[in-house]
Amino acid sequence: MEIGFNDFKVIENYLMVKMPEEIDHHKSQAISRIADDFILQERIGNIVFDFEDTVFMDSSGIGIIMGRYKKITFFGGKVYTINTSPRIKRTLMISGLHKIIEIME
Amino acid sequence: MNSKTEEQNFIQKMREREAYGKRNDKEHNEMQIEFDAVSINEAFARTAVASFLTPLNPTLEEISDVKTAVSEAVTNAVIHGYDEEYFKQYRIRTEDQGEEKQTKPKVYIHCVLDGDVLHVEIWDKGKGIANIELAMEPLYTSKPEQDRSGMGFAFMEAFMDDLEVISEPGYGTTVLMKKKVGVSSWIEHEE
Repeated sequence: MEIGFNDFKVIENYLMVKMPEEIDHHKSQAISRIADDFILQERIGNIVFDFEDTVFMDSSGIGIIMGRYKKITFFGGKVYTINTSPRIKRTLMISGLHKIIEIME
Repeated sequence: MNSKTEEQNFIQKMREREAYGKRNDKEHNEMQIEFDAVSINEAFARTAVASFLTPLNPTLEEISDVKTAVSEAVTNAVIHGYDEEYFKQYRIRTEDQGEEKQTKPKVYIHCVLDGDVLHVEIWDKGKGIANIELAMEPLYTSKPEQDRSGMGFAFMEAFMDDLEVISEPGYGTTVLMKKKVGVSSWIEHEE
């Protein structure tokens, strides 16, 4: 399934990103590009990654979050993840991202 | 009477052979795949290795671990092994040899199931790694502009039991990984 604008939603100054079923290098490029467009154009403050449908994520997913974290903290915003399964949580822990972002179950 | 024992002997032999065949299937199994080094094949590669693993009755956790490690290694081959630098050199090389038709670069995977241990070998014939130690350092990436996290080798190390990287600049990189699969069932038996 391809990434489209339907997977992105702006609620107040939060950007909600619905992550796909499998996050790898192939899919990550589109997600990063569209998310960056939103950050720059819609003047959003915080970003929320929704892992509800995600069953697989490799280090490319970490790359997406890290890249967006750098941009959003530049404007003083925060990064959240929601619906984080134990599996995704473990991946985030190994990379140390849990120290800089807010993980919600 | 005589023919009956012969028949029994024959059945006995067949059973032994069958048992040996089954034993062999379980103890040693091998596969090799080769595919174009494009990002869309990353999903194919990890799914193929995960399917190959199913006879060992792996847990979902183990399947996920192997999938992640394979995905990392193949992604490395696609974006680092065969990058622009490689293509620049490669084009010069093919022009020298007068080859008009350019074949697409490939990634190779060789898997061996040895008992309950999975050996995965993933290699490319790309540009190679000059400093392996630096490349394996967590958070180090040679392509920060492409949103890479630099966690590839760290993930392979974390999700597999053993990792070895062999590389020679100009000749490509080989990643060797090992993982014992079905450990959970073994623990249950022990108890």
